[in-house]
Amino acid sequence: MELSQLTITKVHQGLLQKKFSALELVKAYLDKINKDEKKISAFLTITEELAIEEAKKIDDLIAKNKEISILAGIPLAIKDNIMVEPVKITCASKIFGGYKAPYDATCIKKLKGLGAVILGKTNLDEFAMGASTEYSGFFPTKNPYDLRRVPGGSSGGSAAAVAANLCLASLGSDTGGSIRQPASFCGVVGLKPTYGAVSRYGLVAFASSLDQIGPITKTVEDAKIIFEAISGKDEMDSTSVDFKISPFGRSPEGRENLRIGVPREYFVKGMDKEVEKVIKQAIKKIEAQGANIEEINLPHTKYVIPTYYLVAMSEASANLARYDGIKYGLSRSGGKDLLSVYLKSRAEGFGNEVKRRIMLGTYVLSAGYYDAYYLKAQKVRTLIKQDFDRAFKKVDVIFSPVSPFPAFKLGEKTVDPLLMYLTDIFTASINLAGLPAVSIPVGWVGKLPVGLQIIGKPFEENRILEIGKTYEKNE
Amino acid sequence: MLDKKQVNHIAKLARIKLSERELKKFQKEFSAILDFFGLLKEIDTSKIFPTFHPLEHYLENKAEMIREDIPEPEDPKVKEKLIESAPSKEGKHIKVKAVF
Repeated sequence: MELSQLTITKVHQGLLQKKFSALELVKAYLDKINKDEKKISAFLTITEELAIEEAKKIDDLIAKNKEISILAGIPLAIKDNIMVEPVKITCASKIFGGYKAPYDATCIKKLKGLGAVILGKTNLDEFAMGASTEYSGFFPTKNPYDLRRVPGGSSGGSAAAVAANLCLASLGSDTGGSIRQPASFCGVVGLKPTYGAVSRYGLVAFASSLDQIGPITKTVEDAKIIFEAISGKDEMDSTSVDFKISPFGRSPEGRENLRIGVPREYFVKGMDKEVEKVIKQAIKKIEAQGANIEEINLPHTKYVIPTYYLVAMSEASANLARYDGIKYGLSRSGGKDLLSVYLKSRAEGFGNEVKRRIMLGTYVLSAGYYDAYYLKAQKVRTLIKQDFDRAFKKVDVIFSPVSPFPAFKLGEKTVDPLLMYLTDIFTASINLAGLPAVSIPVGWVGKLPVGLQIIGKPFEENRILEIGKTYEKNE
Repeated sequence: MLDKKQVNHIAKLARIKLSERELKKFQKEFSAILDFFGLLKEIDTSKIFPTFHPLEHYLENKAEMIREDIPEPEDPKVKEKLIESAPSKEGKHIKVKAVF
């Protein structure tokens, strides 16, 4: 069994034609994890027993000629900020102690219901706050294409696991680029769905108006299959939206009438020349197929990073108030009263980046600063969103780089928090506007992969995925 | 530039105890980050509404976002697990230190 060649559809056919069993498949992945995990460090927890148990159930169904879903027996890895009952959840933070997920996230409930097999929980920047997985409270994950480099983040473990064939596909979460940027750095497909397309119930909240769960896969078809399985209105998440999934054609939609916008502001100084070349070649490829390329303006681009961080930090400071040393694993006491438990547990449980964001969020929400910072940012957010609304009157989709550079070296950007923040320049605006976007591998800089970002109108996930097929080998 | 007293005050509001070393480090970093955030001052937003849910208009019935605050029974097993996870408990209760 050549794991690197497998896709969801191929596994499904293989299981139905009894070329291999679900158990054999899971064992092949567990063997691969045993062999390569030491050098990649993608996982925080490996759920071997649960995976074997689930695979046996699928084999039973197949033996009895029962119908199985397309996701039955598919070995997945789940970012460790999504709850999988009864598995330990850490969010890559020490503050959870040995906390075990008391229930399944809605997306996990759906995947388990379809018979998907969960191999383990993947590493991330603590509470998904970071762009390299170096801010994990435990250890950094390595890029499978160059072990001296980061896999991106915060869903670095999920992207590296797919790229290194330690799972067939994975789930990540994306608040300002956390699915797309690691997908780009690791040469895999990463979809951030429209805000509200996938329920956030059971996702550890970081910035509630920005967070979305999405798939990281090897092919756009796999991303489509997982997206359709996990999306939909959920009464447990009042921000989730009831929407109709647009059809996903087998044959590419006619490129002749496709209008593609390319933002002028995204091709400016500071961008790696080689990355720019790869993205421009990708644009030429679809233009040669008949698509119309139009230059567009997103004039508020230079305000994206401060706006994004003001919103994200404010929401994080409120969401992380619940980690108080009372309800979750880690608890430290410095004195007799309750306050000392809060102060000490949070001091020991949180890493530097999380402390930074909680404190800055607290500051900008505090009396006298709310209007000047938080409210101001939410207003600029309206302007950033209007830039996209205007652009989408002229074009069907927008093409841009995912990141201004390929995977960087471990330690290169941890010296200054602002350096790390600037890596979100092309991705964070999409979360502010709530749009769907996918990272598609389109080329290389040396031996490092480069992703193209395809941004769509709300709920047009299938359209951007289908357009992404342009760049797959067999197309 | 934030002074030490201000950083200490923020840390207290955020319920995080800081060491002297952390205090110095964060003071420097926060000042640089807040300066950077100051970039937003140059935009006039006096006539702009804030965005809280980026796709609010897609929610057909906005009342969907809000519901009556009626407690619904939770699976008793989940309740048990939640209490079980707490670091300090007694019977069916989570134990905490005295407030004062």
